[in-house]
Amino acid sequence: MDKEQNNVLLEVEDLHVSFATPVGQVNAVNGISYTLHRHEVMGIVGESGSGKTVEALTIMGLLGTNATVDSGSIRFDGQELLEKSEKDYVTFRGKEVGMIFQNPMTSLNPVYTIGRQLTEALTVHDKGITKKQAQARAIEMLTHVGITQPEKRMKQYPFELSGGMRQRVMIAMGIICHPKLLIADEPTTALDVTIQAQILDLIKKVQQETGMAVIFITHNLGVVADICDSVTVMYAGHIVEQGSARDIFYHTKHPYTQGLLRSTPSIDPDNNERLIPIPGEPVNLLALPDGCPFARRCTQCMEKCLAEKPPKTEFSPGHIAYCWLYGEGKEDGTHG
Amino acid sequence: MADTLIEVKNLKKLFPAGGGLGKKSYIYANDDISFSIEKGETLGLVGESGCGKSTLGRTILRLYEPSAGSIFYRGRDISRLPHREIVRSTKMQMIFQDPSASLNPRMTAGKIVEEPLVNHRLCGSAAERQERVKELFRHVGLHEEQMQRFPHEFSGGQQQRIGIARALAAEPEFIVCDEPVSALDVSIQSQIINMLEDMQRELGLTYLFIAHDVSVVRHISNRIGVMFLGKLVELAPSDTLVREPLHPYTQTLLSAVPIPDPDVTRARARILLSGEIPSPIDPPPGCRFAARCPYAKEGGGRCTAETPALKEVSTGHFVACHLV
Repeated sequence: MDKEQNNVLLEVEDLHVSFATPVGQVNAVNGISYTLHRHEVMGIVGESGSGKTVEALTIMGLLGTNATVDSGSIRFDGQELLEKSEKDYVTFRGKEVGMIFQNPMTSLNPVYTIGRQLTEALTVHDKGITKKQAQARAIEMLTHVGITQPEKRMKQYPFELSGGMRQRVMIAMGIICHPKLLIADEPTTALDVTIQAQILDLIKKVQQETGMAVIFITHNLGVVADICDSVTVMYAGHIVEQGSARDIFYHTKHPYTQGLLRSTPSIDPDNNERLIPIPGEPVNLLALPDGCPFARRCTQCMEKCLAEKPPKTEFSPGHIAYCWLYGEGKEDGTHG
Repeated sequence: MADTLIEVKNLKKLFPAGGGLGKKSYIYANDDISFSIEKGETLGLVGESGCGKSTLGRTILRLYEPSAGSIFYRGRDISRLPHREIVRSTKMQMIFQDPSASLNPRMTAGKIVEEPLVNHRLCGSAAERQERVKELFRHVGLHEEQMQRFPHEFSGGQQQRIGIARALAAEPEFIVCDEPVSALDVSIQSQIINMLEDMQRELGLTYLFIAHDVSVVRHISNRIGVMFLGKLVELAPSDTLVREPLHPYTQTLLSAVPIPDPDVTRARARILLSGEIPSPIDPPPGCRFAARCPYAKEGGGRCTAETPALKEVSTGHFVACHLV
């Protein structure tokens, strides 16, 4: 048990986050819990508004002023993050957890050179480092992420680089302080598919070399299948299903996960079946239903689903779903 | 022989790219492109950003003026026709990528769908027009009551439905679908794809379906054209293209598509390209892909000296590569 505890890097428990907006309170994250182990690559899958990004920003302490963490806890390597002050976060962000964003053009500072932005990350966390050492580390990092002519790039501005190269710079920035966890929020969504393949390979390579854990946020199930060990599926700020990549793709339990898989077009020329869409429109986060958040779009919806929150069912170690189809939290490992 | 609806011959579209006082430089968005679209089929067009696939769609509709070459609509050359004549004598429409940007925010959804009826003088009286708009709303799965609402009151998927109703209003036979589902979530994307398929079957529509998502294009298209830096590099029936891609770029592109199946996708060998896509401004002679092509050395100097022509290697399978 101690060993197991030691192996846990991040523990999120019953986290609730909401936003105050002129039209009312938006409930973005509604009681999610999960555990991330060291060296684990976890995918968080969900559509727009599922709360996947808000959840990540909460870990990073980057929520806007109109956001409130209503309850819950986030324990990272033994520390409670929700009790951290902004000052504590400055030394935490980047050093303990790195983050890369979807759009590298808007997350890099356009008026600073690549070199200045990379070395800043080092000098903030290590007051003892000399400018020369920081420069050398930054150049080494750029080479590591596959950027050619790193000395030249150091003096360039973000607009002078292509999209793929900017994302490589973001990755270099994210890992330059050897964080224990890298959060990648849709890092390849803005990129072309051949560039996406290069970036995914780079993240895999860096993860294997450094052994850091990765939270990979995406809406693309193909990307998840490619790089994730475990998968968390979110809908309307709730976790609906969790498990290993094999559990999620081959022993799919939750109707929403099944719906996502069935509505994804296949490249396989033998598969000419009509897509089976998920009916209806995305849920309104201003007025969440009482029962299961997915109930109104679910083809297997029962009366109970509309009235009460679904129970958690564990199918095999680590494979859980929140759904009334599997009864009152009863164990069921036989389906599959 | 099938009925050809659209034929494109040696089409070129160049955009000036500055150059100042000296020699003018140009972006070769479409360079010497030829193909045809049969009536009732869906021709898919894939390629990465900047390859010229959207420009091609827009040039066929004469939203851009072609720099050279011709476009035939039912055998008639429309590449130099006045715009008024295009509106009068062709039945072409377009569905755009970003539904919120392509709907006028100051018009109600009903007015947006009604506008083509007025412009094309398709209904006699205002009452008939209203009836037709209602019918179009029902057709795309929206409610009549939503006619009075403004675009921002709809979700992304519903906005795309309005865009589709607007395209249908003009009673087209040919629709250019430019990334119609890429801005939508997966669950909504499949609703729109199914609707486009149903419309095609019911109304006998012909589509040019442009998208960067190869899986979506494979799913919906009868034939697929692959573009790279302004050139059409391969064109084949969808199944053939996915099973036996011949152009090295097509092979690279297909190998990079992530497949939602862990065992399959992890077992696949990916062709990783080194470097970035070259600039489309005044491209050098030879094959556009030569600088990144893993096989360019085998071609001797030919790949960098001579532009490969698109040639038919088996029935309906066209490739532009010196090595095939």
